[in-house]
Amino acid sequence: MKLAILVGTLAELAGVGLTATATWLIMRAAEHPPMQALTVAIVAVRTLALAKGALRYLERLTSHKAVLSEAVELRGRVYDDLANRRHIPSGTALTRIVTNVDQHLDTKLRVTLPWITAALVSGAVAVFSIPLAIGLLINVVLLPWLAIRKPEDLTPLRAKLTEQTTELVHSKEELVAYGLFDEKLAHATKTAKTLSRKERIRDLTPLAIAVQFGAALLMLAQHEPAWLIMAAIATFEITIPLATMTKPTPETTDETEPSYTPESPELQGRSAIVGPSGIGKTTLLNAIAGRLEPSKGALADAHVFHTTVRTNVLLAKPDATQEELDRAARITELDLDWDQVVGERGEEISGGQRQRLILTRSVLANPEVLLMDEPTEGLDPEQADRVLKKILDNCQGTALVVTHREEQLALFDHVHHRGPIRDEHVGRVG
Amino acid sequence: MVDRRHLLALIPIPFLVLAQAELLASVLSGGSGFLLLCLVIGLRVLAWWVHRAMAHRAAERTRLRLREAFLRSPGTKAGEVATLVTRGVHDVTPYVVGYLPQQILAVAVPLAVVIRLAFADLTAALTISLTLPLIPIFGALVGAHTRERTARQWAALATLGGHFLDVVKGIGTLRAFGRAEAQSTTVRKLAAQHMTETMSALRVAFLSAFVLELVATMSVAMVAVPIGLRLLDGGVPLFTALLVLFLAPEAFLPLRAAGAQYHASAQGREVLAKVPTYTETTGTRPPDLAGAEIVLDNVSVRSLKNFSLTIKPGDRIALVGPSGAGKSTVLGLLLGFVQPDDGRVLVGGVDLREIDRKAWLEALSWVPQRPTLVPANLSSGEQQRVALAKALDRQQAGLFLLDEPTAHLDADTEALVLQATRDFTRGRTAVIVAHRPTLLNEVDRVVTV
Repeated sequence: MKLAILVGTLAELAGVGLTATATWLIMRAAEHPPMQALTVAIVAVRTLALAKGALRYLERLTSHKAVLSEAVELRGRVYDDLANRRHIPSGTALTRIVTNVDQHLDTKLRVTLPWITAALVSGAVAVFSIPLAIGLLINVVLLPWLAIRKPEDLTPLRAKLTEQTTELVHSKEELVAYGLFDEKLAHATKTAKTLSRKERIRDLTPLAIAVQFGAALLMLAQHEPAWLIMAAIATFEITIPLATMTKPTPETTDETEPSYTPESPELQGRSAIVGPSGIGKTTLLNAIAGRLEPSKGALADAHVFHTTVRTNVLLAKPDATQEELDRAARITELDLDWDQVVGERGEEISGGQRQRLILTRSVLANPEVLLMDEPTEGLDPEQADRVLKKILDNCQGTALVVTHREEQLALFDHVHHRGPIRDEHVGRVG
Repeated sequence: MVDRRHLLALIPIPFLVLAQAELLASVLSGGSGFLLLCLVIGLRVLAWWVHRAMAHRAAERTRLRLREAFLRSPGTKAGEVATLVTRGVHDVTPYVVGYLPQQILAVAVPLAVVIRLAFADLTAALTISLTLPLIPIFGALVGAHTRERTARQWAALATLGGHFLDVVKGIGTLRAFGRAEAQSTTVRKLAAQHMTETMSALRVAFLSAFVLELVATMSVAMVAVPIGLRLLDGGVPLFTALLVLFLAPEAFLPLRAAGAQYHASAQGREVLAKVPTYTETTGTRPPDLAGAEIVLDNVSVRSLKNFSLTIKPGDRIALVGPSGAGKSTVLGLLLGFVQPDDGRVLVGGVDLREIDRKAWLEALSWVPQRPTLVPANLSSGEQQRVALAKALDRQQAGLFLLDEPTAHLDADTEALVLQATRDFTRGRTAVIVAHRPTLLNEVDRVVTV
């Protein structure tokens, strides 16, 4: 980081020096001195011209390198923190964490570094003249502060727009089918307009230009030397982009941890949980999974990584042999090529294939407690029953499965009905 | 799609640049014009202020238009559209506010400068007009030389960059299998690899900027030193020498700014390239479904291959088949949301594509497999019931389409779906995607997809 600042400052100083020396050369030449009086200036002009280009190139490389090395460290730290948290954040919070990391690095490169460089160059040049020092203070400190400061909290409005947009995207066909699309779109557009008006970036560029030339005119009126006036204009040129600086506020990733922990049924043999929608079956399963030691319980609702089918399944048992893999795939009827890449968010494979991939992983893991939430969703009924039977037959430990298919209940030792009034233990059915 | 009105406010800029250099040279060489210089500078600030204000409004209008276009475009992936309308439309702001104006200035200002210099000092004008074209020429040469390599590197970078998001999103899974610790080193290893790859891509990518910078500074030196020497000999007056010195960098400045804006607006240009060309057209009125036959004629799309089906008025048809065979696609075709790659969908002999979409949808009643148009805090069974109620509300509908849910239906909801289907389809045309055998008793015909 220090190297990037040093090289950047030198590059900008070379540019300012080039303008100043060239102006000095012309003004001195007009006095018709002997040729030798100009030799140093001529060499300096040529050297600075070459140096500026080379230094700028180096500055770009060193600044990117500095930020990218920070990325290595930061990503590692963020990951370790997540790996050790007691409660795993929701998908939205996880995406936000990644966005915040990216934004932090981007801010460093596009805001922090240019600002430090401009401030250092300004400090070096400001000593020559009072109007110059005042002008630079305005452009380097006051205007950036005005640009970055955010008096009004626009988070609720942004959240509203996101919500409206999400509805338009994900329920589009339904909205179109029921003739509601145009109305909803108009609502979202109105929110977007309000938001735009409020966040219309305080673009202070014209003000920065006014300060630049205002200071130059003052210096001109005070009969400061021409080389200094031109150096001043060149220095201000560096400070003008600072007037449009924006610093994104990190999105909040705090979440309240669920305090409610449902009473769990006895974990024994092969149990099914059934009951009407919305009664909290999934919450129960999640609570049990949270209480178990990692690696003891494998939840079926899982992430599919953007890599090969093999790597995704091997996650459950990295040292598994090909025979073990093939055996697990036979149980779950997984019909994918082991080396196929599943695509981002698993979009290269169908919903049923994704589900069977996740099941294959659970079978290979062979955990002490097998937890599955609607494990056969997306499979056609016949295959669903067949695959679940094979998985349960293969399971040596305890299995707890949330299901809605009554046809599958015969496969279990116990069935827990979760009803609105109380949990009713029905007992052995299978 | 892109609003360009703000570019009109740029017209005075080249003239003001010339006037400012002229007056500054005059004042510094001991001549008059200080007050006029103040006025010109005031005008320049005003011109920028008007232009920037207009530019931000243009960006806002462009964002709104894009948002609407992306939301209306049919057949795009939901995930992609969501990213485009949230993050994507914001990325066009640098394109509208920064890149477009600089593109104009990069042509207009150098042209004005060279013309003015031709009258003041022909040597300087020639030096600049010879070095200016070097920038795009060198830029193109560097670009052509490195294009393939850069493209390959960016592709690798996208994969490496996506890895972090992927492992973070999957942290729950990694922890469940006790693999979270092991991935910690991989995260760092891949981030380090990402850095190495990016740096080697950037070393090449920054070369064109380097060439630009070097040509610009070198040509200032090439103009300033000779004119200084001629001034020493009394060959040119001080005013001309200063004018040349001030105008020479002005010729290169907008080109450099345009180069920077080109990089800053890269994402915006990518977003604009994705703007759909689709326009909604009004078609013919749909035929009355009480008497019109609906025919899927040799249709191929997605997993459906040469699928044909004739639906007579009053027919109640169940579609069955393994998952992924294309049952829901048939409903999509009937709704008009899915366009056949091959073959036709005919309603009373008229191609569905020629029928007015709005009027056609009004004649239908549809229960999707996973209804979403209800508050998200409802469970899926409750969502199903709300969607069903909404569909049954369409008493005038001539065609009933039901995509039976595969999962998460409790016995109560299932009974409700069955009852409603039985009542509502009586005397109506209906196409039902059936997963459970119970519904098959309610139809006249079972079609295997």
